[in-house]
Amino acid sequence: MATTDVADARPDQAPAPALRGPVARPGSRLLHRWVWLRLSLLLSAPLAWMLLVYVVALAALLVTSLWSVDSLSSEIDRTWTLDNFRTLLDNEVYRKVALRTVGVAAAVTVIDVAIALPIAFYMAKVASPRVRRMLVVAVLTPLWASYLVKVFAWRVVLSEGGLAEWSHLGSPGYGLTAVVIAQSYIWLPYVILPIFAALERVPDSLLEAAGDLGAPSRMVVRTVVLPLLVPGIVAGAIFSFSLTMGDYITVNIVGGASQMLGNLIFINAGAANNLPLAAAIAMIPIVVMLVLLTAIRRTGALENM
Amino acid sequence: MSLSTSAPVAATEAVEVPAISIRGLRKTFGSVTAVDHVDIDIANGEFFSMLGPSGSGKTTVLRMIAGFEAPTAGTIRLDGTDVTRSAPFERDVHTVFQDYALFPHMSVLDNVGYGLRVRGLGKKERRERAQQALDKVRLGHLGDRRPSQLSGGQRQRVALARAIVLEPRVLLLDEPLGALDLKLREQMQVELKQLQRDLGITFVFVTHDQEEALTLSDRIAVFDAGRIQQLGSPREIYENPASAYVAGFVGTTNLLDAATSQRLLGVADEHAVRPERLRITDARDTAPAAPGDVRVDATVTETIYLGTGNRVHLRTADGTELVALEQSTGAAAGQEARGDRVTVRFARADVVRLTAAES
Repeated sequence: MATTDVADARPDQAPAPALRGPVARPGSRLLHRWVWLRLSLLLSAPLAWMLLVYVVALAALLVTSLWSVDSLSSEIDRTWTLDNFRTLLDNEVYRKVALRTVGVAAAVTVIDVAIALPIAFYMAKVASPRVRRMLVVAVLTPLWASYLVKVFAWRVVLSEGGLAEWSHLGSPGYGLTAVVIAQSYIWLPYVILPIFAALERVPDSLLEAAGDLGAPSRMVVRTVVLPLLVPGIVAGAIFSFSLTMGDYITVNIVGGASQMLGNLIFINAGAANNLPLAAAIAMIPIVVMLVLLTAIRRTGALENM
Repeated sequence: MSLSTSAPVAATEAVEVPAISIRGLRKTFGSVTAVDHVDIDIANGEFFSMLGPSGSGKTTVLRMIAGFEAPTAGTIRLDGTDVTRSAPFERDVHTVFQDYALFPHMSVLDNVGYGLRVRGLGKKERRERAQQALDKVRLGHLGDRRPSQLSGGQRQRVALARAIVLEPRVLLLDEPLGALDLKLREQMQVELKQLQRDLGITFVFVTHDQEEALTLSDRIAVFDAGRIQQLGSPREIYENPASAYVAGFVGTTNLLDAATSQRLLGVADEHAVRPERLRITDARDTAPAAPGDVRVDATVTETIYLGTGNRVHLRTADGTELVALEQSTGAAAGQEARGDRVTVRFARADVVRLTAAES
């Protein structure tokens, strides 16, 4: 900035800034000429952050999972071994918990997509602009409330003698059902918003054109709306699926004894003091997500984005 | 539909039932009246245009014919059948949208075949018919592409093919050429006209481009503020505009207010005369007006070269602004310069008396 304006340095000699002609800004000229300099200034900080948070952290996790814990001294033994992964494969508990976690995540995702689709459709295509704004705020508001408060609220609702039983709906008690219900509620905004955004990008004229060409509403939804929403649905489903797979607090609070992978990681990292095993368990959801994303890519569902 | 209505319909069939018959159509959005008092009969095979500025109600009328909007009052009949409350998919009309509304997730061929798919046609027949329709708009070789890979003009043709593949009786076109550049638009105008003639389909064409309406249409309805200001053939609309609004919107015109008319024509009514009917001679021309002619002295305020001719802006001694259009036919034309004093002549027969604009 200081180098840009010579007139600033000697105000007595140049009373009025020149209106015509080029402006002398050496710094800007340098950035304009050197593309790489511009890019590196722009990207170095975020790239360093990404590297640290994602790549380094993931690498550390992988490395840790290849170590072991000395059972006597409880100290980490830094010799490479696949023992942790062997334990995961051999011990039936881990397989069972992994399957249970994927099942819960899938159930939550299906429920959330089923609820989110009509809500998002109403918000994007039916509601007046005023109602739409109010609904967006209504969808976002739960995100501003504390996670713990929301989960404990569900505990109160679902527990025996709670609101659910009191209103004759019956209490599911502490268990997987309660986990699925609470998780579906908590991650719902993350599913509604991408579907809503995808729907907003679909011009009304497309729906009208389909009707004009003879398609009744149900067919319009099946042949035009849903195919165009696939990227939004996939984005929302990835949110609810991965967030459910990684969660353990909700499970602890409303799930009672039923364990999910997150709980196993928590126990091994804490009480059991077996960090390498915890790291190995943490690799399961990562692998599941990688497989899932690859499968979604293969179907070509993301090509209409 | 019901027995009571079937009898008169059968009786008028001998005369010929209009393809579209609109009576007392009215549409309000909240407190805004978008369309009011619209009565139109459109004959089979007619190229009918609705012309007007944006917000004049022409598109709303089209959307009500298609079934996208429900009228507040009035009836719409297609081939004598009341469809006022029918869903879009129940009407034998198809729309070509202003933004084309092609399905981005389908190939061009699947887009064209969509209406056939909805009707449950087999895949093979669907593809054959869609291919034929694509050939008709000369895009037969692009069936495998996605709409996003086409140019604006090509998308326009796909939208046309998608509508005509269903062989509708009536095609509704909502400013279909609005997004195209001038050259392409002129080319598509010719193609549209040919297509309409070949297929024998009734076209209802919405446009804000008066030239487009004049060149394409059999009849034009000029819209303003939700009402039809004039309905007639292009020639009638251009030569005999019913009101100052129509005269001004369709082509350029010289409006003579009551006072000026009184001075020049001896009648205290509003009149209009087209710029191409004015003849300019120089100030030395002192000959009095020939019988049946009007003569007025004026000063040239601006001349604009148009290629095909000159547009000359003039001001008379009493301050009336006039525009004259001179065809460049030879050396004589285009000699006026700004500030020249000239004489303007025009035939009384070319002057149109305007009925007072109703409000």
